[in-house]
Amino acid sequence: MPLSDHDFSAIRLTLELASLTTVLLLIVGTPIAWWLARTRSRLKGLIGAVVALPLVLPPTVIGFYLLVVSGPHGPVGQITQSLGLGTLPFTFTGLVVASVFYSMPFVVQPLQNAFESIGDRPLEVAATLRANPWDCFFTVVLPMARPSFVTASILGFAHTVGEFGVVLMMGGSIPDKTRTVSVQIFDHVEAMEYAQAHWLAGGMVVFSFIVLLALYSSRRFKPGLA
Amino acid sequence: MSFSLSRLCAALSLSLVACSALAEEVQIAVAANFTAPIKEIAAAFEKDTGHKVVASFGPTGGFYTQIKNGAPFEVFLSADDTTPGKLVTEGDAVKESRFTYAIGKLVLWSPTANYVDAKGEVLKKNQFKHLSVANPKTAPYGAAAVEVLEKLKLTEALKPKLVEGSNITQAYQFVATGNAELGFIALSQVYKDGKLTGGSAWMVPADLYEPIKQDAVILDKGKNNPAAKALVEYLKGDKAAAVIKAYGYDK
Amino acid sequence: MRSWFNRLTNKEQPSVEPTQAKNTQGIYARFHIQYPGFELKVDLDLPGHGVTALFGHSGSGKTTCLRCIAGLEQADIGYLEVNGELWQDTQAGVFIPTHKRSLGYVFQEASLFPHLSVRGNLAYGRKRIDRTQRTSWDHILDLLGIGHLLDRMPDRLSGGERQRVGIARALVTNPRLLLMDEPLAALDLKRKGEILPYLERLNQELDIPVLYISHSPDEVARLADHVVLLDQGQVIAQGGLQETMARLDLPAVFTEHTGVVIEARVAEHDDEYHLTRLDFVGGSVLVTERPEPLGQRLRFRVDARDVSLSHHRVEGTSVMNILPVRIMDIATADTPAHVLVRLDVGGSIFIARITRRSCDQLGIAQGMDMWAQIKAVALLV
Repeated sequence: MPLSDHDFSAIRLTLELASLTTVLLLIVGTPIAWWLARTRSRLKGLIGAVVALPLVLPPTVIGFYLLVVSGPHGPVGQITQSLGLGTLPFTFTGLVVASVFYSMPFVVQPLQNAFESIGDRPLEVAATLRANPWDCFFTVVLPMARPSFVTASILGFAHTVGEFGVVLMMGGSIPDKTRTVSVQIFDHVEAMEYAQAHWLAGGMVVFSFIVLLALYSSRRFKPGLA
Repeated sequence: MSFSLSRLCAALSLSLVACSALAEEVQIAVAANFTAPIKEIAAAFEKDTGHKVVASFGPTGGFYTQIKNGAPFEVFLSADDTTPGKLVTEGDAVKESRFTYAIGKLVLWSPTANYVDAKGEVLKKNQFKHLSVANPKTAPYGAAAVEVLEKLKLTEALKPKLVEGSNITQAYQFVATGNAELGFIALSQVYKDGKLTGGSAWMVPADLYEPIKQDAVILDKGKNNPAAKALVEYLKGDKAAAVIKAYGYDK
Repeated sequence: MRSWFNRLTNKEQPSVEPTQAKNTQGIYARFHIQYPGFELKVDLDLPGHGVTALFGHSGSGKTTCLRCIAGLEQADIGYLEVNGELWQDTQAGVFIPTHKRSLGYVFQEASLFPHLSVRGNLAYGRKRIDRTQRTSWDHILDLLGIGHLLDRMPDRLSGGERQRVGIARALVTNPRLLLMDEPLAALDLKRKGEILPYLERLNQELDIPVLYISHSPDEVARLADHVVLLDQGQVIAQGGLQETMARLDLPAVFTEHTGVVIEARVAEHDDEYHLTRLDFVGGSVLVTERPEPLGQRLRFRVDARDVSLSHHRVEGTSVMNILPVRIMDIATADTPAHVLVRLDVGGSIFIARITRRSCDQLGIAQGMDMWAQIKAVALLV
């Protein structure tokens, strides 16, 4: 196998990035999905649109704006600097933040669909059985939406692994810190190192295919009360 | 009535014939870094010769792939000298037409005034967090930047601070947005009308890196187009040279 | 201001402490809630024991009313007191959230949690009540006949079994009030027949006030002790089952179901003709043979359409049940062709639905003594 240490470090980095991003997305995305599924607020459309933006925007646009906004002169950059955190571009933390934003719809939307299809009834049933809203969320909603949590995690993870434009735009291609597999493949292709590119790119194809195969062939059941 | 109509028709057809005989159209592919100068040069060229230039701008590697796959370009202004050379040996370009139309100049630049000193001592002081360069494996300016660091024996000291743009445009972007304090970029990116457009810079001496030659070549599709030949000749002339120099290239 | 509102606002201020309202038995509920195109305005004073049926057509506000009592719906103006506990008083700013109300709610669909077994579903509510309130659930499992289903998942239960588990799940929380929203509506006739006896046993054996929504007169007649008639968000009538069902002054929407429910006792079995005599206050009727032992209490319902009147005791008829009656009053029915005639049978009330033409031709008037032929007796078992 013609893979170099750099290639393996890119693979390890990518897996770390995707795992961390997925965990953060579940923590951040669940309340957002819940709110979107339950609210009657007029802000629902606005927030929903913002969450869905990465679906339609070219990654380079997102990467560019993240670069500008979180740079030393950007508003986010000013805040992170005043907190003594430095700036996000060229750091692993920056990639995580960007990935959380970029993969958000892939986690929020399946969860939102699940929460919407669960509907009010199970919550009402739980309330009449003395469960307070938090209790109800953890003992009824979460278990009922479990298949969707699996879907959301897989999609969020896979999408982060496949993310390229944003990482390219604000990562700076630093080995062990921001040079992920997709960037590494791009560099190999640009440098006409086709053998290495093939190993990595082929690996990505196989990985993505297995993920989607698992997703599509898993038994999908719609949440609902019996 | 019929008399005047027939005269009008005759006049029209004559003028059409005249136009097509004198003014040809030429389709060119231009490396993105040369966008601004070629627009100026093409305007002057069209005025002086009556020919028409249709230009596409993009990455050199991308154009190479498109040309190999039958793109209708007649003249190619590359960002390097290897790609035109490759096209010539592969029989996709006219060998005799190849020439260096511009030599790119490397500059160490910062958008902050007085940040970069005229001798590049800022590199040795090493008081910055990020130094932006283009990917040295794929971008000529990136390779040149790495060469400079090598010659200055700063490679080891500065390696942890390097951030790589996938091309020279992105390397510039990192610096321009302030995310990297300074970077090795193309002079043409920050140079207009014979002076810096802003910030501070160190013009890297030419002996620190191999010259970044940008070659032009007439492609197979343009070998019988007089306008293609005329444009190449025009690029070699004084008027074009003045424009090219004003944008920070050597000739 | 409407009188209803006056009554609400003039009511003496309840104490702010929710559990120390009036120390009385009974359910006092007043709600005013408005949606686009629908308004519910009810004032209920219900007994604190037995089964109260909320009866009315779909869209009459039954379910909204029940949801207000459960706290699932928050009325714009509301007051609710259940056997001395104050659950809601918008004026005093009291609203006890659903999960803090000691109630059981049975929905139209069983609504079992699909991720929990029958045992898990039953335990869900029971785990969440005070330990001292927990009693053995064996009796309830027996009553509902679901002891053998504990380890099944809900998707492996029949519709009737699911609904029984739903009822048990509400009961094992030891509620002070049981709310049932048409628990049989989603079931076919066979399944209804399967559950009704369980419900009857519940009512006989557990001392919990039950509010029961239904639009089926038979179901109401069989289970309820007390009835609230709702129409278009308003209470049309409320009271004891027999008095309320025997009223003639109800709006046309209810008169198609007009009939009476009579409480009776098995008095005699005729083995030769396979008939059973049922005695009620003021008379008796013969019905086809019943399996119940002598002395067993039974309810039967007589539809007003199945009662005809004559001046003399009709001879040579196949109708078995002919009773002497006195005309109490006459009212218009839902069609101009008919009238409703209320009959006193020695203290019990029957209603006859006859044509206005017959009424005039026979010269029927208040106080007149006549004979009533009962063509059908529906036993509610």
